[in-house]
Amino acid sequence: MAGPTTDPRAAAPGTVPPKRRNTELALLGFAVLITLAAQSIVDITITGSLRAELATFGGWFAALWVVVHLVVRRFAPYADPLLLPAVAVLTGLGLTMIHRLDLAGLQDGETTREDAPVQLLWATIGVVLFVAVVVVLRDHRVLSRFAYTLGLVGLVLLALPAVLPASISEVYGAKIWIRVAGFSIQPGEFAKICLIVFFAAYLVDKRDVLALASRRVAGLEIPRARDLGPVLAVWVVSILVLVFERDLGSSLLLFGIFVVMLYVATERASWLLIGLGLFAGGAFIAYQVFGHVQVRVDTWLDPFAYRDEGGYQLVQSLFGLGTGGLFGAGLGGGRPDQVPVAKSDFIASALGEELGLFGLVAVIVIYLVLVERGLRTSLVVRDAFGKLLAGGLAFAVAWQLFVVLGGVTGLLPLTGLTTPFVAYGGSSLVANFGLVAILVRISDAARRPAAPPAPPKTAIGEAPTEVVSR
Amino acid sequence: MNAPLRRVAISVLVLFTLLIVNVNYIQVVRSDELREDSGNTRVLTEEYSRERGSIVVDGTEVALSVPTQDTLKYLRQYPQGPVYAAVTGYYSLLYNSAQMERAVNDVLAGSDARLFTRRIADLFTGRDPAGGDVVLTLDAGVQEAAMAGLEGVTGAVVALDPSTGAVLGMASTPTYDPAQLSSHDPDAIRAYAAELDAQEQDPRLNRATQDNYPPGSVFKVIVSAAALSTGEYTPDTVIPAPDLLTLPGTSTTLENFGGSSCSSSQEQSLIDALTISCNTAFAQLGIDLGEDRVREMAEAFGMDGEGLEIPMTTAGSSVGDIESEAALGQSSIGQRDVRMTPLQAAMVASAVANDGTLMTPYLVDQVRAPDLTVIDQADPEELSEPVTPEVAGQLTEMMESVVANGSGRAARIPGTAVAGKTGTAQVAEDVPDHNWFIGFAPADDPRIAVAVFVANGGGTGGDVSAPIAGDVMQAYLEGQGG
Repeated sequence: MAGPTTDPRAAAPGTVPPKRRNTELALLGFAVLITLAAQSIVDITITGSLRAELATFGGWFAALWVVVHLVVRRFAPYADPLLLPAVAVLTGLGLTMIHRLDLAGLQDGETTREDAPVQLLWATIGVVLFVAVVVVLRDHRVLSRFAYTLGLVGLVLLALPAVLPASISEVYGAKIWIRVAGFSIQPGEFAKICLIVFFAAYLVDKRDVLALASRRVAGLEIPRARDLGPVLAVWVVSILVLVFERDLGSSLLLFGIFVVMLYVATERASWLLIGLGLFAGGAFIAYQVFGHVQVRVDTWLDPFAYRDEGGYQLVQSLFGLGTGGLFGAGLGGGRPDQVPVAKSDFIASALGEELGLFGLVAVIVIYLVLVERGLRTSLVVRDAFGKLLAGGLAFAVAWQLFVVLGGVTGLLPLTGLTTPFVAYGGSSLVANFGLVAILVRISDAARRPAAPPAPPKTAIGEAPTEVVSR
Repeated sequence: MNAPLRRVAISVLVLFTLLIVNVNYIQVVRSDELREDSGNTRVLTEEYSRERGSIVVDGTEVALSVPTQDTLKYLRQYPQGPVYAAVTGYYSLLYNSAQMERAVNDVLAGSDARLFTRRIADLFTGRDPAGGDVVLTLDAGVQEAAMAGLEGVTGAVVALDPSTGAVLGMASTPTYDPAQLSSHDPDAIRAYAAELDAQEQDPRLNRATQDNYPPGSVFKVIVSAAALSTGEYTPDTVIPAPDLLTLPGTSTTLENFGGSSCSSSQEQSLIDALTISCNTAFAQLGIDLGEDRVREMAEAFGMDGEGLEIPMTTAGSSVGDIESEAALGQSSIGQRDVRMTPLQAAMVASAVANDGTLMTPYLVDQVRAPDLTVIDQADPEELSEPVTPEVAGQLTEMMESVVANGSGRAARIPGTAVAGKTGTAQVAEDVPDHNWFIGFAPADDPRIAVAVFVANGGGTGGDVSAPIAGDVMQAYLEGQGG
């Protein structure tokens, strides 16, 4: 985390803080190297020889990061140098594992479709989105201007699968998809970002009211009843998601992010307790009322009792992880294809099986680096909106990973969320590239030395509209 | 807002730590449990993708893996079908594996530590890893004779080399075709298993080792050994042999087979009592010797309730609880709670044949690496010395008399002296008796010891089991040029 000595604002006046762009380039090169090595190991282990397309893949994959790097060097030169290498290595590992599962499918003769090239295409679209965001969005504070529009868009995206017929929106019991013409989109992934932007703008606006007007009860600052409105509204939305889309993941994600952002904005721990209480209450009621929630929870508590039914996926996932053990079966050496939907929901257990405990923990640590660099950005950035936005986005990645990995390892009930950057799935990958683009933009602002003619000092608590008006 | 942000950062660290701890728990603490779970087919499919080693008898592969075109790269085959089923067991996708396939799986699958250096070499040479071969001690002639003898009955035959403990033959009927349980077609496997399940006697049970039965008069050899070992008895010592024996402390009377009389004088020599298998004489002899001597001798012969690993784990044999002198009388003629596996019965004959020294029975002669180099050769081991060579000689003399003059005549081999003992064990009212024979040949220079068990054979050990034992021993002696 950010110690005072690494705080760019602590730099002596007049000195320019290092941009660390070359560090980023070297790390990106390393990430590409790791990816290519992993791809080669997969090919040699499974087919005995390198595939002809590996050169194309390698060139393409490397080109993506060269483009990303050049754009960042030009348009966000002070951006945090660790964000993108972490994303690159995660994306590369994901592509490798998807390719590895493609090969398993081809060998079993189950399918002739290859998903890895499709995922590479999605990554390319993700990079396009990244470039667009970094180039067009020159100041993250502009986003707050569109906060209410984005909030509405987010709600619509979130609600869309619920109102669409199940034939379009339901996969494996969760109504969180839009499937049109062979493409599957999880609009929730985009809704997540839109809503975080909205939350950030809204909370910066209202945080004084939410923080100050409170009564002290039993050592806790309890907000006034009428100020409970926003948290209740989000709570209702997430309960609706849980009930109508049967998606504990999106529900948990949405509510968790909001409550944490509320806490950060108001500095009132009571909001965390209120949020926790609300969610526990809502979840309990949902458990009592809805059969599918009960089934989920029962299979979570004892997956082995339902090993041939609802617990099958989780049990297979645990088998994979257990068989992998400390060192793993080696890339191409395990049977991760025995876990259903290994490419998307269960890609983490595929990684755990073949890379072992060491590999899986390394992947978790890479996420940790990504998240903590994001949170560091939010600590350092000067404006309140940027702080809250960066904090919300970074926490969203952490919270999503926790919910997903917790699900496939039996720590939490299974959800339909995907592992960011690694799992197969276009919407998740593209949306997360967008998320990182915003983080990169904020981190550039955070580390950029203040312009020599000091701008009129803006109180952090003041409304963002005033800041934007400059 | 920085203070709560720092706390969020710490919370994230805590959440990720939770994940890491949980993954540690799954991949380290529960790793073995998850790996070996019956629902986890990973280890099995991994095994199927390797060339599993063969099980070899007399230079012929009785279980081997052949390459196939389907996803499981190798198919297990058993060319001799049911003949070796009791020993080889099966290697099934659905029902795990059994018998040898299970007991020496590490070698056959190539994961045994003795194959380790070769596996390292495989890593560097890119050679496909393969399993090692297991060469059994079985003799094809003995095995075929045993299977022929057991045709149509439920039972088991065990033949041992008395001087080493090597198992020369091990058969159990009814039997089955292990290949049909080891195919790659789950539906066909299930159908065949259902067919086997429908049978009254489970063909997959190896009756030679996995179950124990009342031995009847076969146990009299052990009581004789206990008597002779006291030094107070010789084969010619005259002991009481009444027509009816009232068991001490009860009004229950014990009679001889078919109510016959052992001796008009109501007493006879020990050798004569064994020759005609006199129940009253041995019941009284057991009572006179006392529980401790009988039990200790039984344990010295291996009846200590513990199984052996030959390398399959066998059921134990024991004399059971003896609560009273009456019970001791019944136990002394191999009834009541006395139980023996056919393997144990063969061990009794083998110990007598080997001058009173019991060798540990074993089935694996050699373990060979895939390139046929021998990486392990069996080393015969002594299990115990139940009787002195002198007592063993006396027992041999008595058992020769059983075959020459007594209940075991049907085991005779032309031109060769045979020693043996019959057993006819009562099972329950209205249920046919179990029929036993144990013996060895040649009596003066024993090369093979056998036990034949026929469940509910309905006759006597002398007329049902003794002829099978004779054929098995003769097959071996002739096969050896004897």
